[in-house]
Amino acid sequence: MTEGSLHTSDAAARKLRKRYAAERRFRLYGACAIGLAMGALVLLLVTIAWRGVPAFFGHEVTIDVDLDAALIDPEGTGDPEVLGRADYSGLVKQALRAEFPDAQGRREKRRLYALISNGAAYALRDQVLADRTVVGTTFRVRVPLSADADIYFKGGVDAASAEGDRRLNDDQIRWLDRWAALGKVENRFARRFFVGGDSREPELAGIYGALVGSLWTLAVTLLLSFPLGVAAAVYLEEFAPTNRLTDFVEVNINNLAAVPSIVFGLLGLAVFLNFLELPRSAPLVGGMVLALMTLPTVIIASRSAIMAVPPSIREAALGVGASPLQVVSHHVLPLALPGILTGTIIGMARALGETAPLLMIGMVAFIVDVPEGPTSPATVLPVQIFLWADSPERAFVAKTSGAILVLLTFLVAMNLVAVVLRSRFERRW
Amino acid sequence: MLLPLTALLLGLTAAAFALGRGRALAVVQGNASLLHSRPAYYGQWVALWCALPSFALLLGWLALEPSLVEQQVLSGASQEVRGLPAERLELFVSNARALAEGGVTSTVPDDDLIAASERARRVTGAGRWLLSGLVVATAIGGLWGARRRVSRELRARNRVERIVRLGLAASSGIAILATVGIVLSLIFETARFFALVPPADFLLGLEWSPQTAIRADQVGSSGAFGAVPVFAGTLLITVLAMLVAVPIGLMSAIYLSDYATPRVRAVVKPLLEILAGIPTVVYGFFAALSVGPVIRAFGERMGWDVSSESALAAGLVMGVMIIPFVSSLSDDVINAVPQSLREGSLGLGATRSETIRRVVLPAALPGIVSAVLLAMSRAIGETMIVVMAAGLAANLTANPFEAVTTVTVQIVTLLVGDQEFDSAKTLAAFALGLTLFGVTLTLNVIALSVVRRYREEYD
Repeated sequence: MTEGSLHTSDAAARKLRKRYAAERRFRLYGACAIGLAMGALVLLLVTIAWRGVPAFFGHEVTIDVDLDAALIDPEGTGDPEVLGRADYSGLVKQALRAEFPDAQGRREKRRLYALISNGAAYALRDQVLADRTVVGTTFRVRVPLSADADIYFKGGVDAASAEGDRRLNDDQIRWLDRWAALGKVENRFARRFFVGGDSREPELAGIYGALVGSLWTLAVTLLLSFPLGVAAAVYLEEFAPTNRLTDFVEVNINNLAAVPSIVFGLLGLAVFLNFLELPRSAPLVGGMVLALMTLPTVIIASRSAIMAVPPSIREAALGVGASPLQVVSHHVLPLALPGILTGTIIGMARALGETAPLLMIGMVAFIVDVPEGPTSPATVLPVQIFLWADSPERAFVAKTSGAILVLLTFLVAMNLVAVVLRSRFERRW
Repeated sequence: MLLPLTALLLGLTAAAFALGRGRALAVVQGNASLLHSRPAYYGQWVALWCALPSFALLLGWLALEPSLVEQQVLSGASQEVRGLPAERLELFVSNARALAEGGVTSTVPDDDLIAASERARRVTGAGRWLLSGLVVATAIGGLWGARRRVSRELRARNRVERIVRLGLAASSGIAILATVGIVLSLIFETARFFALVPPADFLLGLEWSPQTAIRADQVGSSGAFGAVPVFAGTLLITVLAMLVAVPIGLMSAIYLSDYATPRVRAVVKPLLEILAGIPTVVYGFFAALSVGPVIRAFGERMGWDVSSESALAAGLVMGVMIIPFVSSLSDDVINAVPQSLREGSLGLGATRSETIRRVVLPAALPGIVSAVLLAMSRAIGETMIVVMAAGLAANLTANPFEAVTTVTVQIVTLLVGDQEFDSAKTLAAFALGLTLFGVTLTLNVIALSVVRRYREEYD
């Protein structure tokens, strides 16, 4: 290369190469940033799914229970009350002893019983109540294994490790292996997880109670925040005079949108529980707190949807003699509705995933029953996840991830509805 | 009782609408064009007269009932009962109330309690029947009076619209009410806290151990409320989160706005938004169960002493959660920089990265600063990740491998579970809450004013 021109000299070429290298590096940083963010998302979802899917299944074992009529229904009445009171737990234990006669001594027997879930007796009772003719026969029944045994079959116990390091001892593993060898153990879809309430026993715990609690809470939230939010948005966009008061309202709405959610919990505790003396742990109060939290979202979304309706529509309606309120209710609101609904659904999705403020108002209690209404004690899905995640029982890890999968499914569904609403019904003017 | 009554009132309201509308049409012999307003407005007007006074009466009673019950329970109570300390007395009243409504009491009911519950039943039983009668009478009276006033000249639409507009304005006032409620409840409880613990001790004290003992003579019974370690822990975790979120979020925004093809952008942008939509309790679980142990194992291999609830785990995961806030806000401001500035720079021979660094970023700086401040306020107020992944011990440290605690964690631990409402321990949570509210509010105000003051107008 000749060194005639300043711009073609070796130094210039070197400098250009350096600048291009810097350009490539910069571009790479950007791609890396996106890669890292996407990687984190994928890692999170894959970890949860990998841990959570086993929670939808549980191992069950088939045992033969001798339903001795003398023990269950000595007088042969067939009365459901008598049948319901019988000692099914004892019958199950008897069946286990018959299956493994080598379990001698109190401690060893207790280890044997520990292989079966506490819920086995209830499962047996329900089946007997459903069909009374089985009393007096040897009945073949499928009962859930205990959480520890379930984890063993899911590969969570290393049989080669020292006996003291695992939850199951050598005898228990031998018994389980024998059951498995006889083909009596099955991994089945765990309906209990979707239809049961919370329980201290991981293999019996379900999310239905929390799901119903979430539903009640969301219903209260929606009933409060949707009408109030839309009304406030209509007022601010269509009727509010431009004065200090209106400015103050707007500043307040924007501030509320930025307040940390836990502060709303403090408000609920101080005002709704201590001052108004509303019931603790109730979806009513939870819904009220979440309604205040989602109100700014609904107002802001509704305002932008109302603003997007062109003024020509309002002028045309006014021109043919509609009153200002008729203009809004007959023309502006119907046209803005898809946008308003989209914003509301997104606000509801956020409320569904919210945990912190609900901890403040006592929705963290251990509640077995399915809530019956907005004032009965309840917990919600995210709080249930928090409670299970806190539990020291190892089997709850899978339950937690399973519950998260259910929660994420609901969130994805809600967001999809919002996206579809937006793309199908939103009009560009 | 309440539910059937509400249903009855709603039924009456519906009937009022039909009656009012029918009456209006009857007045003009079915020729609606002779009326001032359309017939439905007469219906609505009558329905409002039926519903508003009666529901107001019902709500007023419901607000007054608890204090009436309490008054009745205490008025006839024996000297012995009235001499009880405040919280036992409260328990007595709530037990009497539960007994009167056929609920479960926390103690075996004795004679005092049964007599008290009888008196409570006077309010909740007979009182409610009386109330129901009154409410229904008000509803029917309103309906009847309004229906009689329906005439050709009645400006029903204007009257209905005035009420509706008042309702709309009142709904927008809810936002003020909520803010006032937050501020008042926080300030009120904080004032009670500062009556027990001097503000200087709270803001400047270096020791935080709020667990007050039950008996006064136990060790550490006083409790220490120096919040500096808690603030320091919050700051440490927030800084860690920002160290993750700002570079990744900003570079993602730059790449998406200036390098990515429209197709890549259309895919990546919603995916980034998903990160913001995942509930925080899920992040918390992830941090506690996956990230924490990995960091601990890594630290052990390197020979470092890593706590199992290290600040690093919580900070990293919180950073991931904050990425979309930073990226989508910065994306907006970067896109708002006019194309002509970029073209001018490229035309002078600058490479794209030089254009971004020397032209686009300086032009977008106020917006980016405000985005970072908003993200920071989000990180400070974030609760579940730190509750699940950070510790409870208040360490004054800058070492990210140690366990620290944050303001939000302390609020949750102080207030979850049973609590008495006048101990310094529970009131401390409100003082922390007020601090949190103040700091996040200040950050937001600064963020907004930065944009307003330094924004470049290009049009």
